[in-house]
Parts: sequence; C-alpha cells; structure tokens
Amino acid sequence: MLKRTVVFILILALTASVLAGCGNGSVEKPASNVENNLKVGFIYVGPIGDGGWSFAHNEGRLYLEKELGVETIYRESVPEGPDVEKVMKDMIDQGAKVIFATSFGYMDYMEKVSKEYPDIKFLHCSGYKTTENMANYFGRMYEPRYLSGIVAGLKTKSNNIGYVAAFEIPEVIRGINAFTLGVRSVNPEAKVTVRWTHTWYDPVKEKEAAKALLDEGADVIAQHQDTAGPQQAAEEAGAFAVGYNTDSFDKAPGAYMTAPIWNWGPYYVEQVKAVMDNKWESHSYWGGMKDGIVELGALSENAPNDASQRVEEVKEKILNGEFNIFTGPLKDQDGNIAVEDGKVLTDTEMLSMNWFVEGVEGKIEK
Amino acid sequence: MIILIRVLKKANINKTEIVTIRLLAIFLALLTSTLFILFLGHNPIKVYLSMLDGSFGSVYRFKETIIKTIPLVITSLGILVAFKMKFWNIGGEGQIYMGAFLSSFIALRFSEIPRPLLLMLMIIAGIIGGGLWALIPAIFKAKYGTNETLFTLMLNYIAIKWITYLQYGPWKDPNALGFPKIPNFSDNATLPKLFGIHIGWLIAIILVMLIYIFMHHTKRGYEISVIGESENTGRYAGMDVKKVIITAMIISGGLCGLTGMIQSSAVNNTLSVELSGGIGYTAIIITWLSSLNALLIPLVSFLFAILVQGGAYIQTAFQIPQSAAQILQGLILMFVLGSEFLVNYRLVLDKSKTALRKGV
Repeated sequence: MLKRTVVFILILALTASVLAGCGNGSVEKPASNVENNLKVGFIYVGPIGDGGWSFAHNEGRLYLEKELGVETIYRESVPEGPDVEKVMKDMIDQGAKVIFATSFGYMDYMEKVSKEYPDIKFLHCSGYKTTENMANYFGRMYEPRYLSGIVAGLKTKSNNIGYVAAFEIPEVIRGINAFTLGVRSVNPEAKVTVRWTHTWYDPVKEKEAAKALLDEGADVIAQHQDTAGPQQAAEEAGAFAVGYNTDSFDKAPGAYMTAPIWNWGPYYVEQVKAVMDNKWESHSYWGGMKDGIVELGALSENAPNDASQRVEEVKEKILNGEFNIFTGPLKDQDGNIAVEDGKVLTDTEMLSMNWFVEGVEGKIEK
Repeated sequence: MIILIRVLKKANINKTEIVTIRLLAIFLALLTSTLFILFLGHNPIKVYLSMLDGSFGSVYRFKETIIKTIPLVITSLGILVAFKMKFWNIGGEGQIYMGAFLSSFIALRFSEIPRPLLLMLMIIAGIIGGGLWALIPAIFKAKYGTNETLFTLMLNYIAIKWITYLQYGPWKDPNALGFPKIPNFSDNATLPKLFGIHIGWLIAIILVMLIYIFMHHTKRGYEISVIGESENTGRYAGMDVKKVIITAMIISGGLCGLTGMIQSSAVNNTLSVELSGGIGYTAIIITWLSSLNALLIPLVSFLFAILVQGGAYIQTAFQIPQSAAQILQGLILMFVLGSEFLVNYRLVLDKSKTALRKGV
C-alpha cells in the first residue's frame, strides 16, 4: 500500500516536472515584474456575470483598461471574510500596485493589509475607513433611489411596495429611506415593506424574498441586491419592478421600469491616473448625480406615463443643489420626529443611518 | 444477446498494472483539463506551469502553499484515526467549526490574559470542542449501533448553522455598523510565527509522528486497528469495544477541532462561516489516498495544497473564472480517485445470458 502511493506521488511529481521542462523554452512567464507598467487589481463579491453590482464594477475596470491601457487583474466571488486578505496579498505578490475592493465587508481586512503594505494604494468601495494609503469611495446612490421611488409610488395600485434588501447596514438603510421618501412624495398612502436576505448575491434567495413580498400583496418590487432575481419574480407575478446597479430591462422586460445605476469607469480612470502621476492621496469620495457616478436609468415603457416629467423636475432640483433628500421634517417609523424642520442630514449622519423613515415596514436587527 | 459489464474485486493486485492505471489516470486528467483549457481559450501548458508558479514561484507563494497544507494534514490525521476503526467520520467539517467555536469563545472573552496561557487555553478548548462534537455520534454508535456516516454528516450542518447564528446574532461585532461579522481576535490570541509561517506547521509535524506512534506502537492504537478489521475479534480478545470507539472518536474530533483553533487564530484571526470551506471533506480524500498511512498524509496534503493554491493563482493570472478553476481541480481529482476504483476492481464484459440472474 505504501509503495503504491509513493509510486503514484512520484509519477505526479515527474509529470509536473516534465511539463515544466517542456514549457521553459517557449513560454514566457506571466508578467511578474512590471515596474513601468502599472498593474491594478479588482476584487468582486459576486461573479462578473451577475448582471448587477459586480458587473457594473467590471464595466468600470474595462473602461479603465481602455482609457489608460493599464494592466488589470481581478478575482470574483470573494467572500466578505478573512479570505479577502489573502486575495489582496496574492494580487500584490502578482505585481498589483493599486487595489480596488468593491464590497463593504472587505473594509477591515483592507485596513489591515494597507498597514502592512505602505507602498500599495488601496481603495475600498462603500465603507468609511481610511488609512495613509487606503481611500474609500462611493456614490450618493440615495439620489437616484429617491427618483426611482417616485416611479414606484406612481405605479403602485395596492399601495404596497416590496423591497428586497441585503444587509442591515447604513448604506442599505439609507437607500430604503430615500426610496420610501420618493414613493411618499407622490403617494403618501403607500408603504414599503422590507425583507432581508443577508446576502448581496444569491439569485435564488433574492427571488424567493421577492415572491414572498408579492404574495403579501406588493405590486411593485424594488431591490438592494446584485441580480435581476427580484425583477423576474415580479414579472412572473404580473407585477412591476425597480432594478439596481445596471439597466436590466432585458432580464425582465415585462416588469422592469427603471433602476438607479452605477457608472464607476470615470472615477477609476481618475484615481489610477493620479497614481501614475504620483499625485494620489488618501481620501473619502462620495460623488452624487452631478458627478455622474450615479444616475437613474432610462424609464422603460412599463413606467407610468406621468413619471418621466415628475422625475425630470426633481432631478433638476437635485442637480442644481436646490433639493436635499434628507431634509427635515422627517419622521421615523414610529411617527416620532427624527429630523427637525429645515435641518439637513450631514454626511456623517447619513453614513451611520440606522433608523427607518415613516412608511417603511420592517425591522433593523441591532 | 445481453451484454453486461460486471464489476469484480481483484484477488491479487499486480504492481505494473497499478502503475499503468495511475499513469493513465493522470494522463487522462491532464488531457481532459487540456481540452477544457483550450475551450476556455488559453494555452494549457502556460496554465499548468502557472499553477506550479503560483505554488512555488516566490517565497510568499510557497508560504501560502504550506499554510494551506497545515489544516489538511491535521484534519486528515484525525480522519485517519476514525477510518482505521472503519468508523466513517464524515463530520470533520463540523468538528473543525465546533473546535473553532470553543477556542474563539476563549479568545474573545479572555482576550487580555497573557499570550502563552491564552493560546494554551484556546488549544485545549479547540480540542474539547471538536472532541465533544465527535463524541455524540460515537456514543450513539457504541450504544445503539446508529449509522455514523449520516450522523456525522448531519452534525456538520448543525455546526455551520450554529456559527451562522453567532455571526448574525449574539457575536456580531457592534463596531461593524450592522454588518454581520465576529470581532477580530486580539494579538494575544494569535498563534506566533516560526520561520515566517505560523507555528501550525510544527504542530502538524509533531502530530504526524505522534499519530504514527499511536497507531503502530501503542495498545490502544492496535485495538483500533483490530476493531476496524472485526469488532467480534476485538470482543473475543477481551477488548472494551465501546471504550475504544469513544476514545478513537475523541482523538479524531479533537484533531479536527485543533484545526479549527489554528485556522481561526493564525489564519483568519476571527471566526466566520467561511472558516473551513471544505477542509473536513478534502481531508477524507487525502486520508484515503494516503492509504490510511500517517506518514504519507503530509505529502498528499501538500499536493492538494498545490492544487488549491495554484488554482487560485490562475484565476488572476489568466482571468479564468472561479468556477472554471474549480472544474479543473475537480477534473484532476475525479480521475485520480476514479483510478483507485480500477486498481481494486476490474470490469469484465459478461456475454452470457445468465448475466441478469447472476446480478451485477
């Protein structure tokens, strides 16, 4: 028994070394020492084919490659746990000088790794921590979310809108609140019911959550998820949907009305260019619709007729700074005043938001 | 005419035949993988080289390969003790998680006590956690003769869900603004490094020797082997079968639990549902391929670590999707494991009409 296995292992080793031998002459090693050519790493939480969040970031990566001609590498479906630390180190080992990590749960690990590698530039999406060489960046997605709420509020007949949401973190809560304020700006009777999935990417779970909301009487579904699963559930139930991340009309043509969408490319180009010019500095970036990093996707024929005009009006006010979404008076879920009349929430308050506005049905586990 | 393929166990196994079968398996694995890589639009030789490059190409990569080897070795040793007794412990995964759970409890609650003491307590807690989790099916097997394969498998799911519950509930880091993660361990609760790699490698080497001595040169180890061959023989020879089953399973689960402790302390620095990611299952294959020989386990584990580390490397080096890299690993595994079958059995074409009656 022992001998057999030894023989087996020897053969395996032999085969490997023979293979290595054959290749040596003709094969150039994957570039490992690129001093003059900058290498940029991207870490995604889902597969790039998710048609949503990771897809949008990957579009940004491709745009970066096209614009600046830099070499990029990526890893998809990296869990938001300790594994990401190793993925970052792998990328640095492979020559990456700039790393974009595109999910909230990577934050603490990136902070740790950034301290170990002071020469590498780290950029974390959707968090709040920075170090000397780690920036964070995000977009004011709540602006187009508010606009999408207007579309949903005009569409609903049952006044019951379902919202499939990932995690009970400020980013998601802020989105739900902005959406709800948008809904109730045109339809004060409507309610937004939240269901948590505890995953960013899981087509089946997302769809199931949407189905449950539809069964409870929702006729419009919105989402803070990475796939078109909830929109497909809406389509199957003859209801309507607001997507997220990218224009996903093709995935649910009978239900999709619009979606608040991301446009990461220009920011990626700007940052990598700054690194190339040795002008990069750690920062917190939170761009809004006026910067072009977020916008509301085109309304499809499923959207109500009067939506387009209402959306344009409000959009104009947001763009010229006349209208801030989180302006008091705002009531919380229980009807208590949460934001005084005339007060506008600061960025810090928005970034740590952990309460629902009036009109949201759901619970935040603390 | 009915043509059936019959499976016959080989009476005596011819050495040259074994070598031929294994060579053929590796050749077929490489051939199929080659076709798959070509289908993906890459140069197969480059990809294979790159897997080796990703495992050995730099000091960092070599260290990573060793770090991946350590948990495989220790868990496989645990599985080996159970398998020697023909106790099919499929529960390594759950035992890893329960070991990690108990040692994390110590790490989080007593984070500020002196480092050597804290680490010792965590090691003991890890062993107890895994050992107790393995004790449950062992008692049921010893007392009521329940099927341990299903029992241990089901306990895995309970263990993983328990960790999920902790991560999303009582152990959620209050500083993470609602994001479900368990707080990181303090520096005191982190295993030290020796020659640049956490000290788990030394623990693994010592354990390989200890388990080898235990299985081959102690009374209890001998009893485990005898009972594995035949429980009745053991009983007639006056062995306390129940006691042997229970001791063996505590050792088996304890080793898996120790893996959980090492992974949470040295590698992840916290507890999470992704902690093991299948080590408990991979260890079963490794134990089997090592022919239940403790001294071979480090070698086979190392080969598996190359497969995992190299597989991760080619994802970024060639932008091969994660799922495709996993298919490659799966293909290689399937052929190697498949050849095991042909080493021990042979297929014959049975053209007789009585084939059906004889059964297959």
